[in-house]
Amino acid sequence: MKFLIKSGLVVAVALAGSVSAVFAQTKTLDTVKARGTLNCGVNTGLAGFSAPDDKGQWGGLDVDLCKAVAAAIFKDPTKVKYVPLTAKERFTALQSGEVDVLSRNTTWTMSRDTSSGLNFAGVNYYDGQGFMVKKSLGLKSAKELNGATVCVQTGTTTELNVTDFFRTNKLEYKPVVFEKLDETVAAYNSGRCDAFTSDVSQLYSERLKSPKPDENVVLPDVISKEPLGPVVRQGDSGWANVVRWTHFAMVNAEELGVSSKNVDEMLASANPEIKRMLGKEGDFGKGLGLENDWAYQIIKGVGNYAEAFDRNVGAGSRLGIARGQNALWNKGGQQYAPPIR
Amino acid sequence: MTTDAATPEIRPPRLDTGPVGWMKKNLFATPTDSVLTLIGLYLIYVLLGGFIDWAILRATWTGADGKACSWEGAGACWPFIWNKLGLFMNGRYPDAERWRIYLTYALALGGLVPLMVPGVPGKLYLSLYMLLVFPVLAFVLLTGGFFGLPAVDTQLWGGLLITLVVACVGIAASFPLGILLALGRRSKLPIIKWASIGFIEIVRGVPLVTMLFFASVMLPLFLPENVTFDKLLRALIGVALFSAAYLAEVIRGGLQAIPRGQLEAGDALGLSYPQKMGLIVLPQALKLVIPGIVNSFIALFKDTSLVLIIGLFDLLGIVQQSVQSDAKWFSPSTSTTGYFFAGVVFWIFCFGMSRYSASIEKRLGAGDRR
Repeated sequence: MKFLIKSGLVVAVALAGSVSAVFAQTKTLDTVKARGTLNCGVNTGLAGFSAPDDKGQWGGLDVDLCKAVAAAIFKDPTKVKYVPLTAKERFTALQSGEVDVLSRNTTWTMSRDTSSGLNFAGVNYYDGQGFMVKKSLGLKSAKELNGATVCVQTGTTTELNVTDFFRTNKLEYKPVVFEKLDETVAAYNSGRCDAFTSDVSQLYSERLKSPKPDENVVLPDVISKEPLGPVVRQGDSGWANVVRWTHFAMVNAEELGVSSKNVDEMLASANPEIKRMLGKEGDFGKGLGLENDWAYQIIKGVGNYAEAFDRNVGAGSRLGIARGQNALWNKGGQQYAPPIR
Repeated sequence: MTTDAATPEIRPPRLDTGPVGWMKKNLFATPTDSVLTLIGLYLIYVLLGGFIDWAILRATWTGADGKACSWEGAGACWPFIWNKLGLFMNGRYPDAERWRIYLTYALALGGLVPLMVPGVPGKLYLSLYMLLVFPVLAFVLLTGGFFGLPAVDTQLWGGLLITLVVACVGIAASFPLGILLALGRRSKLPIIKWASIGFIEIVRGVPLVTMLFFASVMLPLFLPENVTFDKLLRALIGVALFSAAYLAEVIRGGLQAIPRGQLEAGDALGLSYPQKMGLIVLPQALKLVIPGIVNSFIALFKDTSLVLIIGLFDLLGIVQQSVQSDAKWFSPSTSTTGYFFAGVVFWIFCFGMSRYSASIEKRLGAGDRR
């Protein structure tokens, strides 16, 4: 029996490999154009990143990336078919061609980028592990957590990261570990710990769900790297370019002060960088296999990166996540896009 | 001695009649009873009181988002349910097309209710309608793409609609399949017998989650490029096959309870195999196993929640999705309220099924009562 299972797995893996090899030869962009809709894999539900609203319409930072790609290709951000995927399904769905792009808060790691037929096309959100504490403690930084009790979910990288953080900073702490996230949060809320640690985007969600949201604060320190970004199949660099430059266009638009509200006026701008981005000069869209107004369509239909961030996770949403690492490179963050030139 | 005067009527002591008497007899007959009654009353007070406090007194009734429910000590967050009701019932089915869902429900009720109420004439036509006409109508209405109805992709279905579609198709498909498998397993023809045994044992040996997972994760790898097999269809096939295997064993239990003499009597009358089974054995066997069948159906109804594994959102799935991911509605009480609502809806359906089965048993079993 064991042999059977093993050989079954080998067959499955070999098939997966051959399937992705077949895909490598076809141009995803042409397939998408012919189909008329973009198939976009999103999270089945993650606050601020992909979640249906009261009417069931998908929204969120990851969803906005799908919309932006659709806007660049079809001039219409609504031409997206959202495929909600669980964590286990996501890579198979991409490899089997069920989705064209996976925009599902996937952490860019080396093993994923190199081994499973995947190709990361950028980072649309820099996440990382942080701490939430009671406001009454009056802490300003995680370095002041000496001697604190910390609620943490066991068996995750979260637990390892927090150990490393306290060891490197030569601080004492007492971990209180739990199997499940819900238990960990409940323990923090009942006052068993001074601090709760998890990914920052999650801390903001849990803060809103806690009995007294205003009495908790998320400390600014980020102690681990969780770069989240869109993924495409390996071997189709043209398609990877489309997705990568869609994100870059949104970041460049923010940097140049072009938003969905003023993009039409900006068409008349004398700034050569804006002219190139909006397709008034040069043939930059053609290089991607798109029209030259590709970036104009993205900005018009979805907005620049700042607009998407604020609307979904930032100050304009109930989550109220600070820009932090996701601010532009010239404002103390890491969102940096190569120039359109 | 005069005997005219009737003996004056002596009424029983007031404490032995009426509500007081009933309480004395049933609740406070002995000291132990009294103590148990008081403990029971206290428990009811604590539980019900807590519930009323949560669901009514401390509840939030109006509001546009989770902020309204985020006050200290807040109970149920009802505006969350009102605002999401359309989503919970129909998923992402387009607003303008939702009348098609309601019409389907109306057509189903129009066929089912008269069929279930005893004494309504035309049962034969009603059954034919439910078995042959209704499924076609429901398919056309819900999926669209015919007669000018815009097509609605099953990706957009969700909530109670998915729960009911999976449960109803599962029940409707697994019942005849289950009967065939049960008969097959008792057949004397070796190929049929072993095929039935093999199917039942393999399917029963694998958890439903595994089957759904296999259908959603492994199947696409074996199919050629761009052949995507509808997710809902995958789930329906998985659930129907799974349920059929269990049902087959329940029905086989009923078949084994029918004495041999019944079949021999059929032989003596010169009846063929389908006639013997259809007229003599199955009606008796199925009647015997009604509780088991309904048990399977209720389990199936609740198992529909497992389709969440493959990214379909049934009622529980869509409630869970909203509770966990819609930041607009985040509040301390949103999740409790959402799960409470889902629980109540599931209970209504399951309790309805069990009551209906009890009434069938009563009707069919009237002759057997000893």
